[in-house]
Amino acid sequence: MSTNEWPLWEVFIRSKQGLNHKHVGSLRAPDATLALENARDVYTRRSEGISIWVVESVHIHATDIDDAASFFEPSDTKIYRHPTFYEVPDGVKHM
Amino acid sequence: MQESALFEYVLRLSDDSLILAQRLGEWCGHGPILEEDIALTNISLDHIGQAISLYDLAAAIEGKGRTHDQLAYLRYENEYKNVLLVEQPNGDFAMTLLRQFFFDAFRLPLYEALMQSPVEQLAAIAAKSVKETRYHLKHSSEWVIRMGDGTEESHQRAQAAIDHLWRYTNELFYEDAHDQALQAAGKVPSMAEMQAKWMATVTSVLQEATLEIPKNNWKFDGGREGRHSEHMGYILSDLQYMQRAYPNMEW
Repeated sequence: MSTNEWPLWEVFIRSKQGLNHKHVGSLRAPDATLALENARDVYTRRSEGISIWVVESVHIHATDIDDAASFFEPSDTKIYRHPTFYEVPDGVKHM
Repeated sequence: MQESALFEYVLRLSDDSLILAQRLGEWCGHGPILEEDIALTNISLDHIGQAISLYDLAAAIEGKGRTHDQLAYLRYENEYKNVLLVEQPNGDFAMTLLRQFFFDAFRLPLYEALMQSPVEQLAAIAAKSVKETRYHLKHSSEWVIRMGDGTEESHQRAQAAIDHLWRYTNELFYEDAHDQALQAAGKVPSMAEMQAKWMATVTSVLQEATLEIPKNNWKFDGGREGRHSEHMGYILSDLQYMQRAYPNMEW
């Protein structure tokens, strides 16, 4: 990869309905101000959002896919962590 | 008199937007980066949207039953009243962004003032377009600052674009009897006021960008009277081709 490339940024957008910002994709930009402008132009053309966050991709730390077995599989067998063992009394609605 | 003056005034606004949109559209698929390609074509589409509203208004004032398509596609070169600035070729990215910056710095205060116009439809179009234009000016200003205060090459290219385009900027504030009649009736702002605001924006952004305002005061105009540069014919042949080749086609 060329070292002349602008840094990569991850884009998070909050929609009108949603409370939290959701990751929508990435883009390149020379700095944060232009990253926000580019995100506005690339990802909110169809009224997708009312707030944008950008984070330079190098600042994101991710789990290693090779660790998936030790990271995530143990919880697959802990069914007691799901609240499915309670008896719901008669008359309780909206459960 | 006032009807025809208003028609002329609105036509100038629409022609500026249409021809600038056509120029910006030339970047589609050729932008220096994907993100900027989309940004420039977004701005182009904003201007096409503004042009449609303005042509509709012009057609309504004229009252001869012309549509916005007829105004956009079926006039001859000398009937277009856009400023020479917007028809200048894209050149490099610096040339395009400086052209955009000079234009945006003019359009924003103009729309802000027109929002107060007693001509209701014009005020409504200005109110809708002012938000787009505020973003256009932010976008072009940010780029001018980064190019001017960037690398040696970007600085040189930005300064070269300023030196070349400066001669076309004075025409933005062109006034004739039409403008004066409308100004006297309190329908449109004075161009002297617009020029002062434009100059304040240009001075502060160029200063931050470490770029210089040319000393040379050589000026070009003619566009507002329908006398265009040699580039205009080529733009119109692209722009009008479909309607001329397939009259009344729609899609």
